[in-house]
Amino acid sequence: MSLVAIKNISKSYWRDSLEIPVLRNISFDIPEGEFLALMGPSGSGKTTLLNLIAGIDRPTTGSIVIGGTDIGGLGETALAQWRSRIMGFIFQFYNLLPVLTAFENVELPLLLTKLSSKERRDHVEFALKIVGLEERMRHYPKQLSGGQEQRVAIARAIVTDPTILVADEPTGDLDKVSAEEIMKLLDRLNSEFKKTIIMVTHDPRAAERAHLVRHLDKGELS
Amino acid sequence: MKIPISYIWRSLWTRRLTTVLTLVGIALVVFVFAAILMMAHGIETTMRDTGYEDNVILIRRSASSELLSQVGREGASIVKTFPEVSTDPNGKAIATTEVLVVITLFKKESNNLGNVSVRGISPEAFALRPAVKLAGGRMFQFGSHEVIVGSSIIQRFKGCEIGKQISFSGDQWTIVGVIEAEGSAFESEIWGDVEQLMPSVGRPVFSTMTFRLKDKNMFDALKQRVQQDPRTQYMEPKRERDFYEEQSHAMSTFIMILGTVVTVIFSIGAIIGAVITMYGAVSNRTVEIGTLRSLGFRRRSVLAAFLIESIILSVVGGALGILMASVMSFVRISTVNFGTFSELAFGFTLSPGIALSTIIFSVAMGVIGGFLPAVRAARMNIVTALRSS
Repeated sequence: MSLVAIKNISKSYWRDSLEIPVLRNISFDIPEGEFLALMGPSGSGKTTLLNLIAGIDRPTTGSIVIGGTDIGGLGETALAQWRSRIMGFIFQFYNLLPVLTAFENVELPLLLTKLSSKERRDHVEFALKIVGLEERMRHYPKQLSGGQEQRVAIARAIVTDPTILVADEPTGDLDKVSAEEIMKLLDRLNSEFKKTIIMVTHDPRAAERAHLVRHLDKGELS
Repeated sequence: MKIPISYIWRSLWTRRLTTVLTLVGIALVVFVFAAILMMAHGIETTMRDTGYEDNVILIRRSASSELLSQVGREGASIVKTFPEVSTDPNGKAIATTEVLVVITLFKKESNNLGNVSVRGISPEAFALRPAVKLAGGRMFQFGSHEVIVGSSIIQRFKGCEIGKQISFSGDQWTIVGVIEAEGSAFESEIWGDVEQLMPSVGRPVFSTMTFRLKDKNMFDALKQRVQQDPRTQYMEPKRERDFYEEQSHAMSTFIMILGTVVTVIFSIGAIIGAVITMYGAVSNRTVEIGTLRSLGFRRRSVLAAFLIESIILSVVGGALGILMASVMSFVRISTVNFGTFSELAFGFTLSPGIALSTIIFSVAMGVIGGFLPAVRAARMNIVTALRSS
């Protein structure tokens, strides 16, 4: 069954009066539980497509329906709430808040829920346990290695139990060993926890973990 | 506001140097602001405490100060017989007829001449002003050329110690005692016998008469009686406390206006400092803002977070400023009393109202300084913010 339905979307940016098309008339579906890798050269529009699916950017034309919700029809506040429930974000440079501990970083998305402090603590500890960092919850990001930081970021992405994880070059800033660990973890989240994963990557080894690979070139699916 | 306060607090701590510099800037402005309010309040308190609630001062109608007032012997005697005036067990009115003149003495600090008020009093003056107490030496003898001096006079002017003689209007006056008056303006005066002073300074009439009301609610009736009697209607009774408070208005208003101008100029500098600090904070945390927004935090949460950060800076800076200003409570300075053109010693007085005004002032600086950067943070496009990594 299709979880994400992308229909005829295009995206252009404007520089003064000059239109710069980034995505052109893209349509495809992503089934629930899929592990999709989006590949393509720099500037092909991979991250832009990921941002549109994640609901942090809007297409110029076309529609994106996720879990039955046309996200183009959501206002800004509703879209923010929708993101906090449905999407888990994994960034290339982890994007942890440096002044917060691993525990506090993971807890952040839960502050948008109505969970009690005790329930939040349980959720955070569970998420950190899944990524194998329950012993490091009091550490600040600068006290962790790159691989550990990305695992904390993954814990933050899964702590609200979202339907979809969007990962933008999750291994792009890591050494080979750490990258392999992260990919194993994403693989586990997909197979064991049934998370739908949409990942942008340049790394063919990372793409090998995906069940489906789509290539973008000059804003078009190839 | 969903963004945790620990994030705001630790972000401030992380950039300690700019945080401390901004705090110091705000604290200094708040210090100036609070000190000016304390100074104006100190003058008002000093003057107000000089008067008593149930005392009435009789001055010549439309005289704006004691120096310009003239009260004749006859008029004073008539008012003493009014039923509203309190009397002692012997039926004698509790009233002091006084004369106030200004003399010059050399200041200890600068060796320059300074004006000093000399007040001729009647024996009842002490009964009317119980706060005035002998702090050293003895009381002067009525009918003699003896005087007692206020404690501020002895500290600030040369040759005013007990046993010394001062000379004015061609006469020598021996200092025999020192008075204290709970910080009121009487501590900046010299007191002697009114009947000795008047011929000496060539004043045929009193300056004022002060007396106690039988009941403080009788003031209106007394005022009516004074105004209706053709022999006394050239005079005007005023509640003593109101009179002295009025006397401080000109000076405290002058200080407030001057101080407000200075503070506004300083505060513009502090606000610009806060704006620069907060713009810097927003620029340095663009990716963090993008991350928070993508996680689902709303624009208003981001706006609130940065605004609160600025307000924390201003409140801590404000508290620091008040703390610095509170040290000024131990300082006593003197200025010219616009009512008598003589020296008036006063302290900086910190009141809860001043502390509250100061905190409101510093929070206002924080809100004004933090608003534009916070709006910028809140309006940031998520994708653009994330790209800046």
